[in-house]
Amino acid sequence: MPTEVSRREFVKAGVAVSGLVVALQLPAYARTAVGALGRQGATLSPSAFLEVASDGGVTFWLPRSEMGQGVWSTLSRIVAEELEVSPEAVRVRQASADPKFGDQFTGGSSSISSLWQPLRRACAQAREMLVGAGARTWGVSAADCVAEQGEVLHSASGRRLSYGALVPVASALAVPAAPALKDPKHYRLLGKPARRRDTAPKVDGSASYGLDVRVPGMVFACIARCPVFGRSITGSDGSRARATPGVLDVVTLEAGELQVGDFTFQLPGAVAVVAENSWAAMRGCQALDCHWDRDGGVDSEQLARIFRDRARQAGVLGRNEGDAESGLASATTMVERTYDVPFLAHATMEPMNCTAHVRAGRCEVYAPTQSPTLVRQVAEALTGLETAAVDVHTTLMGGGFGRRFEMDWVIDSIRVSKAIGRPVQVVWTREHDLQHDNYRPASHHVLRGGLDAQGKLVAWTHRVVAPSIIAWHAPKVLPPGSAAAADEALDGAADLAYAIPNLRVDYCPISTPVPVGWWRSVFASQTCFANETFLDEVARAAGRDPVELRRELLAASPRHLAVLNLAADKAGWGSPMAAGRGRGIAIHKFFSDAIVAEVAEVTVGERGLRVDRVVCAIDCGLALDPRNVAAQMEGGIVYALSAALKGAITLEGGRVKQSNFHDYPVLRMSEMPTVEVHIVESAEAPHGVGEPAVPPLAPAVANAVAMATGRSVHRLPLALG
Amino acid sequence: MPATSLVVNGTRRTVTVAPDTPLLWVLRDVIGLTGTKFGCGAGQCGACTVHLDGAPVRSCSVPLSAAAGRRVTTIEGLSANRAHALQRAWIELDVPQCGYCQSGQLMAAAALLARNPSPTDADIDAAMDGNICRCGTYQRIRAAIHLAAGGA
Repeated sequence: MPTEVSRREFVKAGVAVSGLVVALQLPAYARTAVGALGRQGATLSPSAFLEVASDGGVTFWLPRSEMGQGVWSTLSRIVAEELEVSPEAVRVRQASADPKFGDQFTGGSSSISSLWQPLRRACAQAREMLVGAGARTWGVSAADCVAEQGEVLHSASGRRLSYGALVPVASALAVPAAPALKDPKHYRLLGKPARRRDTAPKVDGSASYGLDVRVPGMVFACIARCPVFGRSITGSDGSRARATPGVLDVVTLEAGELQVGDFTFQLPGAVAVVAENSWAAMRGCQALDCHWDRDGGVDSEQLARIFRDRARQAGVLGRNEGDAESGLASATTMVERTYDVPFLAHATMEPMNCTAHVRAGRCEVYAPTQSPTLVRQVAEALTGLETAAVDVHTTLMGGGFGRRFEMDWVIDSIRVSKAIGRPVQVVWTREHDLQHDNYRPASHHVLRGGLDAQGKLVAWTHRVVAPSIIAWHAPKVLPPGSAAAADEALDGAADLAYAIPNLRVDYCPISTPVPVGWWRSVFASQTCFANETFLDEVARAAGRDPVELRRELLAASPRHLAVLNLAADKAGWGSPMAAGRGRGIAIHKFFSDAIVAEVAEVTVGERGLRVDRVVCAIDCGLALDPRNVAAQMEGGIVYALSAALKGAITLEGGRVKQSNFHDYPVLRMSEMPTVEVHIVESAEAPHGVGEPAVPPLAPAVANAVAMATGRSVHRLPLALG
Repeated sequence: MPATSLVVNGTRRTVTVAPDTPLLWVLRDVIGLTGTKFGCGAGQCGACTVHLDGAPVRSCSVPLSAAAGRRVTTIEGLSANRAHALQRAWIELDVPQCGYCQSGQLMAAAALLARNPSPTDADIDAAMDGNICRCGTYQRIRAAIHLAAGGA
């Protein structure tokens, strides 16, 4: 990985690596294929991802993690489409962390877009080789043969041969360097609503997640960490833990640091309680008597003051056009507002866990991870083993949302297994999970807007004060003041889509002891809230309709306009609402290039705030599976709504106050609004949809609340604001 | 440690584990039925929902001693071959995303339909509010319950 790299570049680098692996491996695979000519069991495998066996079976090694976003289904349909087989004929197997599969980073809504080209190319290569094999077998021109439904057909004579029968000949052919990709006009599968492949095992309990891994001889462990961030457990008495029924061992883990590439991982001074079952490990952990430095420790009010103070100094410039200060000074009307959002936990349904077995010369890790590649590298670093001696099994995961890109829980399991010499499943309690997350950063935003005498928005500044996620992970190469840190933290702020002649956006990095991490949609979850809530304030100051003002500012952005208008039309924008009800809109172009607009309808009454309806419009390029796109929109809206209404992690004495779903509440069935999803027709390449529904939700709701109550919203969560 | 007997999905099981061990962990770590999920350990998320003598309970909050001699039904025992009307509806509407909470959702919904074959939206809210889904599948869960109940 290059050193100076933002998350977006990182995602793009992952894309490049994946593509490269296919390209680099072609000669090796081609040679293997040629060597296999005529032998029993020959296979056609033009890339690491794909194999067509001589019995006709198609295997697709999935080089991404399934966390509910639907990659099993959609990626395998890309294979079926391009290879001309039925979706049911494609056997999906989770790839190992073998370097031949490239970097398997699963995040940034990048799975589809990163594999769109290499996967279709690999399948087109295989298809052309099979067609070529048919033509050679029959002594006809390949141009007269077609592939369909797992067979090659010679149209003129009606002769057919199955892929399996053609594999021995096909595998001896040269791998075409420039295969013709199927014209999307002829797609049978992509663009049409599809059924998920993984539903059946998820309704009968047979789907296996990280916590469901069972290995012969395994034991279970729970971890005690220092609850105060930045500190370690300095001593402990494990005698009561050892006396707990079912407890087998108490293991002390020393504090340390682990460098893996650009990443610096802090190894906590911690204690692990090993037991016959999870419950005994949890009880034993509760019985530990741990010591740490209890003096001081930051609280949320202190942090808020530090954030506000930092905003008084200039930051790292992310965008500077025209002359924002002059624009504001000469404006007829100037609006200035500050916005605050809190730290947020990921709160995946399945708490963090990992199963590891470290023994002489071998390490196996069973990880519900968004980054199998990094798990392998971490395992190598912790055990000193070579790549070939480390096996990573990526399991299904009960939610990812960015949390499962982190390595803390992986490191726990490898360290404990190494210490006890047995396979161990480390399970975090919900309390541990909420109190030791890598949190969505809290942030403070200062926005100023200037309107001229005609009500035109002529100047805009946005200052973002927030901890840097990338600097938290790679402090030695990407410090908080680096351009990459600014690029990341200003996502959604510096790339503001509105045409405003004088515009300045800057980033004030801030260091806190609170671990921070990538959370569904990352910094766009903060910047879009600030942008879009502020724009409604500007609209009110100018006496303009919020949709009409957005249309004016997006006049040169046809994709934005189409999405905005679709959402507004479907929501019945402008129709009358009863007293106590409100309607708000927000729009955001996510870094996956998908654009989402959402209209929220709320009721504010005696029973508090209720979100009744959310109308969502998206342009995600070609919607490969509209049914799953809708599911991802619904999911993103609910995830964002939990945060907007209720989500807040607060600190007292340096530790997180919240501990479980009673004080870190999330949306429940009775609070679920009606969600409608409308997809803009597009023939452009597909853009990822896992995250883009999140950013516009909070500002759409905040703007609706402002309409309903006449009071504007400046902080989240709304229930506490 | 004393042995405790209970009937799980129609089969009598005898386990030797501390009697205060929650039923959840007996099912998962001792008996090996991992379809029932751990989410919060405090009866707040519903991922561990099973039926105890036909009634929905949070298995993380039921000690083994309280289940002794009683009938426990887990997601693995809800039906043979995913034949329950709710499982078929869940498949028809592709309800799950990550799927982790869905065992608990299905067991809670099955208990609802068993006592109320035609639930209203308000009935669904009341019965399902204890079951969290972080992927946000609530809208499809509601639709699938109505579908299984013979409605839309």
